[in-house]
Amino acid sequence: MTDEINETTPDTPADPAPVEAAEAPAAATPAPKPAAPVKAAAPAEVSRRGFFSWAAVAWVGFSAAIGGCVTAWGRFMFPNVLYEPPTNFKVGVPSDFPPGIVDERFKETNGVWIVNNDGQLYSLIAICTHLGCPPAWLEAQNKFKCPCHGSGYYKNGINFEGPTPRPLERARISIDPSDGQILVDKAQKYLWEQGQWTDPASFIEVG
Amino acid sequence: MLKDLQKAIVQSQVWKSIFRVGIPTDNRKRAMAMLGNVVLHLHPIKVKKSGLRMSYTWCMGGTAFFLFLVETITGLLLMFYYRPTVEYAYFDMIDLREVAAFGIMREMHRWGAHAMVIAVWLHMFRVFMTGSYKPPREFNWNVGVILLVLTLLLSFTGYLLPWDQLAIWAITVGSNMARATPLLGAEGPGAAFLELGGKKLIHVGSDARFGLIAGRTIGGGTLIRFYVLHCVAIPFVAAFLIAVHFWRVRRDGGISGPV
Repeated sequence: MTDEINETTPDTPADPAPVEAAEAPAAATPAPKPAAPVKAAAPAEVSRRGFFSWAAVAWVGFSAAIGGCVTAWGRFMFPNVLYEPPTNFKVGVPSDFPPGIVDERFKETNGVWIVNNDGQLYSLIAICTHLGCPPAWLEAQNKFKCPCHGSGYYKNGINFEGPTPRPLERARISIDPSDGQILVDKAQKYLWEQGQWTDPASFIEVG
Repeated sequence: MLKDLQKAIVQSQVWKSIFRVGIPTDNRKRAMAMLGNVVLHLHPIKVKKSGLRMSYTWCMGGTAFFLFLVETITGLLLMFYYRPTVEYAYFDMIDLREVAAFGIMREMHRWGAHAMVIAVWLHMFRVFMTGSYKPPREFNWNVGVILLVLTLLLSFTGYLLPWDQLAIWAITVGSNMARATPLLGAEGPGAAFLELGGKKLIHVGSDARFGLIAGRTIGGGTLIRFYVLHCVAIPFVAAFLIAVHFWRVRRDGGISGPV
């Protein structure tokens, strides 16, 4: 319905309700009681200042309560429990990863590749640094290739083709001393372009 | 005899309690009939002739509102069969097409959404071209801009609900932008400033993107969150602002005619 067409003021005509309160004082001398029509039957006279400071307190209290509720709602919106796979997990012992391998066993479940290359064992996070699709490892062409826009990375994660501006990211990798297993922690990332691949926490030396 | 029956009905208490004014026979009664009715009083009593010129108004505002109503109704019908969980969302969407009666509610909702976005852009363009943003209508223009943003947000949140490849990746790309928010995004400028006792307050598990998609990646949390935003939160706000928008048009003298 195109109902936003309109014309003459459709407002309800101002009710000519008899304002008796105004009539009476006109008959007598102007009564200096500004609060009279507002305060009904209050025996103690409330001054204007008293009324406003009471009102101010009330409004401040109300606003504080509303502010508290909004803050609480803001905290409420951030979940405490996530139904996602854990960000740190074990992937086996170093001998499970012969030199040159790009291990895809954890790509689907945990979103990482475990790579043994150039004397280092490291874990690449399987998210394209262009817009976030998961790339594919093409063994025959020895490269990671993203299906979305064609970004390409070498085995060491460095980008060399396509729209991506930077290499793949590495996850923190370490050996758990208690059982000798490799521990990968995706919550801690290492970016090549910030020089963080020299950090010993981003790889395991395997000679 | 029929006349007597009619007279008896029209003068009964039941009738008179519902219809307070008789058939309007003069301007005063016409006004009273409109103003005394909760549905009719939303309409203006009189309309300028220039307000009906579609070559001038394009009728896009009205079209946008009509499509909003279509979306509300088709959306409501879809809600009877769609379940916003990772297990069911996609298959319920397919079932709405293949199994539910008539099978076009989903398509009508989707096409209506596209049409509504087009309509609001055209409406905005028309308002601009006719100068209907000038005083005293500046505030209403701003309300309209907010409504435009809300329309786009409705499209964004609704896009995820089919839970197919197109939906998931589009929302992944779209929500990744939130990571770059200044101060509040984990990969944005200034995130490092907000820290308490050496512990970063803004990281991938607590930044603006995390709050938007309820997780570190798009998942079940995102789906239910976007569903509530799409079906309840944003429509509420939009409905209220539409009311303000219409009231402002009326108050500013009706749909703007030529000078």
